[in-house]
Amino acid sequence: MEINYEELGLKVGLEIHQQLATKGKLFCSCSTSLASESTPKVEVSRYLRVAKSEIGEVDPAALYEMLKGRKIIYEVPRGHACLVELDEEPPHPINMEAVLITLGIVKALNAKPVDEVYVMRKIVIDGSNTSGFQRTAVVGVGGFIEDENGRVGIQTICLEEDAARKVDEGKGYVKYNLDRLGIPLVEISTAPDIKSPEQALRVAFKLGLLLRLTGKVKRGIGTIRQDLNVSIKGGSKIEIKGVSKLELIPKVIEYEVMRQLKLLEIRDELIKRGLSSEELTYVVKDVTQVFVNTKSNLVRNALSKGLKVYALPLKGFNGILKVEVQPGRRFGTELSDYAKAWGGVGGIIHSDELPAYGISAEEKLNVFKVLNLDESRDAYVLTLADDESAERALQAVFERVKNAFVGVPKETRAANPDGTTKYMRPQPGASRMYPETDIPPLRISEELLKEAEKLKPPTPDELLSRLVKEHNLPKPIAEALVRDPLIHTYLNLVESFGRSVAPHVIASTLMIHLKGLKSQGFDVSLITEEVLEKVFEGVGSGLISKDSIPEILKEYLSSKGSKSVEELVKAYAVLRREDLEKIVDEVIERNRESILAKESKAFNIVMGEVMRVVRGKIDGKIVADVVREKLSAYLKKK
Amino acid sequence: MRFKPGDRVRVVKDDVVYEGIVLPKTEFSSEDIIMLKLDNGYNVGLSVEDAQVEVLNENVVSFEFEEPSQTFFRGGGNLRISFLSTGGTIVSKVDYETGAVKPAITAAELVDMVPDFKNQVSELEVLEVYRLFSEDLTPKIWEELSFEVAKRVKSGVDGVLIAHGTDTMTYTAAALAFSLRNLPIPIVIVGAQRSSDRPSTDAVLNLKASLKVFTEAPFGEVVVSMHGHTSDEYVLIHRGVKVRKMHSSRRDAFQSINDVPLAKVVFPSMEFKLINDRYIPRARLEDFELINRFSDEVALIKFYPGFECDLIDGLIDKGYKGLVFEGTGLGHVRNACVDNIARASELGVLTVMTTQTLFGRVNLNVYSTGRRLIKAGVIPAEDMLPEVAFVKLSWLLGSYNHLSVDEIKRLFLRNLVNEINYRHEDFIYPRWYHGD
Repeated sequence: MEINYEELGLKVGLEIHQQLATKGKLFCSCSTSLASESTPKVEVSRYLRVAKSEIGEVDPAALYEMLKGRKIIYEVPRGHACLVELDEEPPHPINMEAVLITLGIVKALNAKPVDEVYVMRKIVIDGSNTSGFQRTAVVGVGGFIEDENGRVGIQTICLEEDAARKVDEGKGYVKYNLDRLGIPLVEISTAPDIKSPEQALRVAFKLGLLLRLTGKVKRGIGTIRQDLNVSIKGGSKIEIKGVSKLELIPKVIEYEVMRQLKLLEIRDELIKRGLSSEELTYVVKDVTQVFVNTKSNLVRNALSKGLKVYALPLKGFNGILKVEVQPGRRFGTELSDYAKAWGGVGGIIHSDELPAYGISAEEKLNVFKVLNLDESRDAYVLTLADDESAERALQAVFERVKNAFVGVPKETRAANPDGTTKYMRPQPGASRMYPETDIPPLRISEELLKEAEKLKPPTPDELLSRLVKEHNLPKPIAEALVRDPLIHTYLNLVESFGRSVAPHVIASTLMIHLKGLKSQGFDVSLITEEVLEKVFEGVGSGLISKDSIPEILKEYLSSKGSKSVEELVKAYAVLRREDLEKIVDEVIERNRESILAKESKAFNIVMGEVMRVVRGKIDGKIVADVVREKLSAYLKKK
Repeated sequence: MRFKPGDRVRVVKDDVVYEGIVLPKTEFSSEDIIMLKLDNGYNVGLSVEDAQVEVLNENVVSFEFEEPSQTFFRGGGNLRISFLSTGGTIVSKVDYETGAVKPAITAAELVDMVPDFKNQVSELEVLEVYRLFSEDLTPKIWEELSFEVAKRVKSGVDGVLIAHGTDTMTYTAAALAFSLRNLPIPIVIVGAQRSSDRPSTDAVLNLKASLKVFTEAPFGEVVVSMHGHTSDEYVLIHRGVKVRKMHSSRRDAFQSINDVPLAKVVFPSMEFKLINDRYIPRARLEDFELINRFSDEVALIKFYPGFECDLIDGLIDKGYKGLVFEGTGLGHVRNACVDNIARASELGVLTVMTTQTLFGRVNLNVYSTGRRLIKAGVIPAEDMLPEVAFVKLSWLLGSYNHLSVDEIKRLFLRNLVNEINYRHEDFIYPRWYHGD
């Protein structure tokens, strides 16, 4: 389906969170490295006081009930967390290294630093911050980044502390590791000036590159996180959290637009059917008796655990729940998300998908009967749960169904790895922020700004000239590189192997050979940075010739995983000169007659046969030298 | 550009437009700075030099402080509780709109914070007696506070709960313990190391445990109710004259020294466990008595190498009637000072020796310096905490000023409210981390 995003009024805002590679954390001297599995740790358990006034506007009572009394367990890895992370000591003064890096970014984004920075406490009650709030400060405002489709505004640049890492969650508890808590994060929020999925990717890439070029940010999985705000005309501004991969951004936006359009279609269909949210009544019925002799293992297991089957009738909703809103996700899936999030149940089963899960057509019909519903017009939702969970789950489902009449309810959603999204929580109301009274205001002085100037990352033009002048790349390749996400891979590889492998070899591998393989139809995404590292390790140590790179990569892809890159590197190991000489001697010996017969063509004959054997294993120039040398010696002798 | 705190303004500076509410200046801010609360909740500071400020609406929020208040709450339980607040972290709340810290809490807020109050109390009185940081309290305030508490004890309430800053909690606890004689109910002093406006506050658990003391405790003592662990696992109920703040910031900073806490309240079961059987049982109401004069002519002096002995003379000449020393080890000061102390005794000034090691008992018989100090008239304070010995001497000199020096000396050595523990078993000394 070709979508005209301009016509739909698509507006996208980006929020980029990037960990800084400072020596210490934002408010203490702990290292910013993560603990390993073997790091000795102790556990501390806490409960957070949840005040009703501190939760967002959507159904705070239910959220309050859910969070109340939940035990929060913190793993405290020795060497990676101190009393500050444990909320047992006031924060130390703000890390000036982090402030300077942020000011450098403020400058690079054409933004204005504030004159005094105040650290704020942003209430977060999920336990990911031991204090119950995240410390965050606005450092700069009002910048922009240039883009082919026009400038994209930068609203704020904040410096904040990262949250603790969730490691486990279960009934009545959640567990976090404290190593990540307090790592400085820079948060860049753009204005909703982005108008297409491709532009979003481009802007995210540009911001990512700019951050990377400071040379002061962390790299690797989880060190950069992208959030999106997506809206279309008639829809709502939806917050999508945790898009971990850059390449996923366009897909997430496309799928979200699709979802909003589908939800609007559902709304129109409901209105066409003459339904209204006021007429919808909330009733929950225990329909366990329908399933006493069920063959469904799912239901039998639940019943054996003492759970029951509860039903929520939805009059007039036949067929609505099976409408696909995103690939593989139906309107029923959306309802299921609500049931899981609010009721802590495994999910829901709805009439549009039955018979399924071993539930028979007869049982499906019987539920309709028990609920007094018309199977051709109505629908229902079932959940397997205890009384209390079922009540919370189905209440949430009911509220969500009512919102179907509005179209797209405001939500915070979480990105799935395939680009679809799922409901996460209601959007917070007006931010609950108050000053961090333990940290004095910080004056942004001229001296600080001068210091920050040194940390300002190079512009794309400056990077281009660096690639041409310092890395000796041909200009066209350098120009293509600075516009390509592969620039990150390039810079990583040059950083690791730049001394032993010429940068232009790395650049042409990425920009010529990889692109070539792609146009031949190979899935080059299989060539990860780790694969390339193994290859350049081989080139750098002299084990393989740079000429063999394309062949190794091609063979790696053709083998479809049956050959490891290590194996291939070994197979392409360079011939030693003695071995080459031996081969040349043998070839000359074998072709003695024709060489002597046609001396003028002797070189071509020998060279051709030798190359057939040694191609890719040694530089062609060396082969030519050896062949010429050996031939002239042989001919002289004759 | 005349604007004041509480106004909504628009600031234009370097082509950037800011809109927000002007906040009152903090003492750390520079002169030229206007502090704005933006609509997204963040505060930023902008220099008004080369900025244009336009007032959009005046007085959008008010920064007036409320007057101290007395409020009541009626609940569905049967406990009559008085909650007296002196100030401190536990009653500090930040106002979201203004960002100002309000050191006041109403009955409604207290009940909202600890819903247990609702079903346990029949009547809850909340009175803000002071709004002070605990370092600003004085012996004069101990007198007033003990009077307020006594008034409520006599009225027959089931418990008096006192919110207090943690820094000088030991002093107030000791002052109340000595002045409220023959208590028919427990008096619970409660504090917080994390303020009540934080989701992670320790106040909630400390308060919940306090309620448990009123219903379960067999003792009639002044106690301190504070976290026993960095985890929210249990709250300790310490004897007020044996407890000390042993860490500048941790939740479990309060620990009993040279004694075992009286009880612990386990969370979340809320089980009350008596863990020390050396306690003072609840007395009959008619035996209750208030004796609450404190002398401010007592000094607490920490000895250090090179201590100049004429400092002692200086205090005596200034009119001090009691000197409590924090000596080294078993209770020593340099030999050169013995003569100055002897002079104090001759002039009728009481001198008391405690130890800076906190743990253990003073013993002036082991070394010759100690023996000379005894001869000079020093009273060894057994295993009393220096702060407690200080309060005890202040109370004796204030309340019994008609008695002779020797009689006061005898009273000082008498164990009045278990401030002395004559038996130290091995386990009452903490274990530290020694690598493993």
